[in-house]
Amino acid sequence: MSIVADSGGPFLGRLSLHSLPFWDMLQHPTMSNIINGIIATGAASLVVIGALVVIALLTKYKLWRPLWSDWVTSTDHKKIGIMYIVIALVMLTRALIEAVLMRAQQAVGLHGGFLSPDHFAQLFSTHGTIMIFFMAMPFLTGVINYVMPMQIGARDVSFPVLNSISLGLTAAGAALVMVSLVIGKFSTGGWFGYPPYTEATFSPGVGPDYWIWALSLAGLASTLTGINFAVTIYKERAPGMKLMRMPLFTWTALCTAILMIFAMPPLTVATSQLALDRYLGFHYFTNALGGNMMNFANLFWLFGHPEVYILILPAFGVYSEVIATFSGKALFGYRSLVMATMAIAILSFTVWLHHFFTMGQNANINAVFGIASMLIGIPTGVKIYDWMLTMFRGRVRFTTPMVYSIGFILLFVLGGMSGILLANPTIDYQVHNTVFLVAHFHNVAVPGVLFGMLTAYHFWFPKAFGFRLNERWGIISALCWIFGFMGAFFPLYALGIMGLPRRTVAYAQARYVPLEWVAFLGALLLLAALLALLWQLWISIRDRDANRVFVGDPWDGRSLEWSNSAPPPEYNFAVIPSVQGRDAFTMAKENHSAYERPDTYKDIELPKNSAMGLVIAALGFALAFGLVWHIWWLVIAALLAVIASMIVRGFARDTTRLVSAQEVRREHHRWIDAVAAATAVSRANECKTVNVGLAQHQANGVVP
Amino acid sequence: MSQDVMKHPGLNLGPAHGSDDDAAQGMIFGFWVFLMSDAILFGMVFATYVTSLSTHALAGGPGPHDLYNIKSVFIETLLLLASSFTFGMASLALKYKHGKARLVGWMLVTLVLGLGFLGFELHDIFGMFAKGGVPSRSGFLSAFFDLVPLHGLHVTAGCVWLICLVGQIARYGLDTKTKLGIMRLALFWHFLDIIWIAIFTVVYLGGLA
Repeated sequence: MSIVADSGGPFLGRLSLHSLPFWDMLQHPTMSNIINGIIATGAASLVVIGALVVIALLTKYKLWRPLWSDWVTSTDHKKIGIMYIVIALVMLTRALIEAVLMRAQQAVGLHGGFLSPDHFAQLFSTHGTIMIFFMAMPFLTGVINYVMPMQIGARDVSFPVLNSISLGLTAAGAALVMVSLVIGKFSTGGWFGYPPYTEATFSPGVGPDYWIWALSLAGLASTLTGINFAVTIYKERAPGMKLMRMPLFTWTALCTAILMIFAMPPLTVATSQLALDRYLGFHYFTNALGGNMMNFANLFWLFGHPEVYILILPAFGVYSEVIATFSGKALFGYRSLVMATMAIAILSFTVWLHHFFTMGQNANINAVFGIASMLIGIPTGVKIYDWMLTMFRGRVRFTTPMVYSIGFILLFVLGGMSGILLANPTIDYQVHNTVFLVAHFHNVAVPGVLFGMLTAYHFWFPKAFGFRLNERWGIISALCWIFGFMGAFFPLYALGIMGLPRRTVAYAQARYVPLEWVAFLGALLLLAALLALLWQLWISIRDRDANRVFVGDPWDGRSLEWSNSAPPPEYNFAVIPSVQGRDAFTMAKENHSAYERPDTYKDIELPKNSAMGLVIAALGFALAFGLVWHIWWLVIAALLAVIASMIVRGFARDTTRLVSAQEVRREHHRWIDAVAAATAVSRANECKTVNVGLAQHQANGVVP
Repeated sequence: MSQDVMKHPGLNLGPAHGSDDDAAQGMIFGFWVFLMSDAILFGMVFATYVTSLSTHALAGGPGPHDLYNIKSVFIETLLLLASSFTFGMASLALKYKHGKARLVGWMLVTLVLGLGFLGFELHDIFGMFAKGGVPSRSGFLSAFFDLVPLHGLHVTAGCVWLICLVGQIARYGLDTKTKLGIMRLALFWHFLDIIWIAIFTVVYLGGLA
């Protein structure tokens, strides 16, 4: 338990040549060590080469200054949102490759395979940790950041610098996980890191420490983000934007923010207690001296279950916006959708125990939590019906976001059904810890969360960058995601019922092999989907000039984020809109009050750029890295620097700047002139180059 | 000045402070929301403590009767309660513009009481160490040393914040940012007082009952 005993030296702590991924292979060149060493070294090289390529490109195109002044020090919610999504896409790429590697291993896993058990365990641990904390969370945080302030008619979030700090903390956590590929090894304890296995007794290496500090950074970031979003929605709404007039995506953002505020602290407590156990010899979750790992299980899932709804609610919001827009109809059952969202948010705190039905509590307690878990199916079912009824008698346009949304509805219902099965403790006893569970949560996480985020990406991309994405490759990618998902995970339902345990590197039953191969082919299709997505981005950037939508409303949108130019000015609105009802922009278009030239303009106050986010990112990373490797001087220095930077920031005044009324006027008139010069496009032509972002008038689903 | 112009829960600056009162609306509301999140943090640590009172968690080590010094803890309680009162006086001095000297005076009295509280707490902790009550001894002691020092760390952060605010007053006078800082620290300070009352009741009185 001593801090000093395992230190390599005062300067580098536990760091040594053994921390490099190819060291084992050189020291003990067995076949297995060589294969695993090559894979690990290859992955590490990708990280290093990727970083070097980015640095080279930035230098070649002289982009360091714009990167600094336009991006990393920016406090603009739109820029911050985009940076979150960039992190999410990078991390998605890594975690998806890991998934394919795991499926490849299991396909040949009868009596062996090519990965060592330890390497396989690292893969499923990083895959889960990344997908939850560094793919889904940054993605949804990015989308909410970009869209929500504009939907409520605000200029920015309530606390723009705090927003930048949250981004910095998330980036530091993601960087820590990436560095674990190059230096040392990540945890083998799964994404929820159960002790006592992750205690120092059984996992003395740096792995669980990487996991603890990456999660601590991400968890703190999310707590602050939740506060920021909730305050923004409560305090920054435009005049007339009553709660029951808010777009449904904003409602889901509010519920997610509330969940973040209340659900993140249990994670902070669980990881910090585990850290105290590992670093200072406390006994929260150890086997010896009165530790109790059930406390960890309860704390972790008290976070972990609401977390599931933090992830899915914004996706529900995205589908609500997309289905209404591409059906050309107002959302069916708005009030019931709001109530269902709130009901889910509240119920999400009452079901955490279903993550460990088999861990010893009595049958009555299991029954209570089983019933509570099934109850969540009711508000979720309400939503599914509302979306279907929104499409009913609408003129549905099968654009990329709509393909994702329909894929979501069909597949998510299946995932929900298997969830209802698992909510029954007696059934859970039979299939828990099998790949049936893996199939279930991927069935809600992939078609639910991931498809939702990709839908949002396609839907709002033209708003953010001023041009539409390529439609053909969008649909190819969407179909690959949908069918790839089915191929990769439907076999796991069957394999789970046949008894294949989750997280198995190898197995002894030949009857698993055929379905494992089906799942592997599905995983390859998912990889193809990602490549199609990246290819789509590439050719869309290439063809951007033909697909500009500067007027800003390419899809005949319904809410305020479509009522400004694409990309929007940094202050979002030249004049804060006045809201008359639900679907504010549709109303404005029907009343012919959209695209007006106001009589007067005012100076607009905006927050100045701040390096705080970057400073906290760098210091947070240094602090966590020092803690992982027991480099105590670095820990102390980084901690003092964090405190000092906060104090200095407290003394900062003059943190805002003014955009002059003349400039606002000039920019607004340039846009209004473009609107006047534009030809309105019918919905039949919305995916063609004639669409410059001005929609022909339509009413009640009648498409001109 | 009637009830319906309350900008946020708690003590408002009021219209006499003009635009500072408006600026308080989002900022103070945001801080309330942060405190809600912090309350959950303490709630989880309380839950850990309460579940660690079993014979299993004591693991044969020293328990509340062997370790707690109620006299010292009672003094701590009085110091912290008094500091909450003096911070209240500082808030009133801010709101009714009694002058910088009086405001800073009350804040410094609060600081002294807070430091006194921390001094007694440290004294208690070293007393427990001397009797073998170290966190690595048992699950129960681990839980104790999560809860009580977590509160102590919060108070320490509050003291640092208070010193910084006095520095900001010296540098900039009572501008918007210092006013909002004092109002937020006030909420933080009273919040910690309430947490301490829970600690005093659950940990000390409950432990020795």
